[in-house]
Amino acid sequence: MVFMEALNSRYAKWMKYVNFQYSKLLRSNSKIEGLDVAFVEGAISTKDEVERIKKVRKSSKILVAIGACAIDATPSAHRNFFAAKELKEIAPVLKKFGYLDKVYPLSKFVKVDYQVPGCPQDETKFVELVERFIKEGV
Amino acid sequence: MHKEKDIKIDLLSKIEGHASLNIKIRKDKVEDVKLKVLENKRFYTQAVRGKPALAVPALVSRICGTCSISHLTCATEAIEKALGVEPSEQTMMLRKLAMYGTMIRDHALHLYLFCLPDIFGYDSLLDFAGKYKHLIGECFEIKAGGNALSTWAAGRSVHPAYSRIGGWTVLPKQEKAKEVARQLLDCREHALELAELFHDCSWQFERESEFISLITPDYTFLEGRMGGTKGFRLPESDYYKHLQKVIIPYSQATAFEFEGKEYMVGALSRLNLNKGALHPDTIRDCSKMLKEFPTGNVFSNNLAQAIEIIHCIDHAAEMLESVQIKNEKPVEPKIQTGKGAGAIEAPRGTLWYGFDIADSKVKTGHIVIPTAQNQIKMQNDIRALVQKLVKEPKTTIVRECEKLIRAYDPCMSCASHFLKVRWT
Repeated sequence: MVFMEALNSRYAKWMKYVNFQYSKLLRSNSKIEGLDVAFVEGAISTKDEVERIKKVRKSSKILVAIGACAIDATPSAHRNFFAAKELKEIAPVLKKFGYLDKVYPLSKFVKVDYQVPGCPQDETKFVELVERFIKEGV
Repeated sequence: MHKEKDIKIDLLSKIEGHASLNIKIRKDKVEDVKLKVLENKRFYTQAVRGKPALAVPALVSRICGTCSISHLTCATEAIEKALGVEPSEQTMMLRKLAMYGTMIRDHALHLYLFCLPDIFGYDSLLDFAGKYKHLIGECFEIKAGGNALSTWAAGRSVHPAYSRIGGWTVLPKQEKAKEVARQLLDCREHALELAELFHDCSWQFERESEFISLITPDYTFLEGRMGGTKGFRLPESDYYKHLQKVIIPYSQATAFEFEGKEYMVGALSRLNLNKGALHPDTIRDCSKMLKEFPTGNVFSNNLAQAIEIIHCIDHAAEMLESVQIKNEKPVEPKIQTGKGAGAIEAPRGTLWYGFDIADSKVKTGHIVIPTAQNQIKMQNDIRALVQKLVKEPKTTIVRECEKLIRAYDPCMSCASHFLKVRWT
């Protein structure tokens, strides 16, 4: 979300250098392949997501974890702290949809090169990082 | 000749969050349509239990960055009602302005980035060229205007920090108010152009159903009565009693019916029920377009959103021009135990929260999400649409289904977190 908002004032400048290779929010025809930088939001909660984040890692030179959930799984990880009653209530859902035992940060499964902390992510730090990639190359 | 078709869209694009669509056609009959919400659950229904009521609005704000102001505002209202808190006029005004900001930003995101590419035959707004290229910059200007308004009023446009139960912890800066008003008015022409584009759009899809929204005297999104186009009127607190949860076994989201029937919430419903309450300047400049309403055409939800952007700009600019920020502190809760509920209109439709609080801690919380309310009608609409197009090539069916789903402006991230599923 903050990424989309950062674009409001920087779109014209960044678009000379940046091509959105994969963003389902922005286009239909996009594939996870040959990425210079992958910005990944959110925590890993299911088996499918483990496979997806590994695919992203393989397809990217640099992987950036965006926001608190990607970095340390909270605030998405409520269920990691549930008491027995709540765990019992959600157990059938976890099983049916192939959830993992707990919610994990990206770094549990792949190497993370950079982090932009915060909830929402710190826009200033994010902009600094993108401008650094643009200036120094990747 | 093409009597059998299996259509599978693994990940629908240009919507909020992740969903897939499976369609099965046999002997030119649609046998099955499954719209699956793929967002993982974070179990907020369970997560709010036992938490201090004062901390819960910021917690549920994290359900979705895009919709964070709506969740924060609605949860705050429900908790205040439970704990006998009456917010000041100034607090209500600031909440209205924060909501106007989020409405402008979200509608612009949806209309420019998700819907316009379908009108002009591009895959992405970012690919627009030639005489349409200026729309890219206009999209970002309107979104920035909405953000500036929410940021002024509530401290941030995503997960705002100034609001708490009872009022504001940090007050907005008086001297910046007129600057924000000017920034909004500077995008008004763009919003009018956008509305014209959707007014000229001939897309049509209609099925008989009820349209439900909050009914408010001045087209703000906070306080009013719940109402439907077939005539019911209810206090906000009673709305939930008339809803039935429907479990969709293959989807990660729950769905709702109103008194056993499918219905739609969103800008289209609001305009169908409230068009006379729009700002006078909006009514003046959109008079031709407003003749379309009331309507059952789902695609008119796009035009309704565009008109709402203009209304939000007009009303917010007027409020900002005359605003006098008084120094005041949040109202403290009078009681620590009670039940309370409230509805607001989020960009995508009616959002409802209800809490049962004991000794300042949440015992149970119930949340009704706009997309969950639209899910049954959306799926039935897709089915009817596919049946009409059954002889068309797959690519046409896929394109038309995606256009219809986008017209609903679903938010899958929000839709997936609340069901209390009982698998028996």
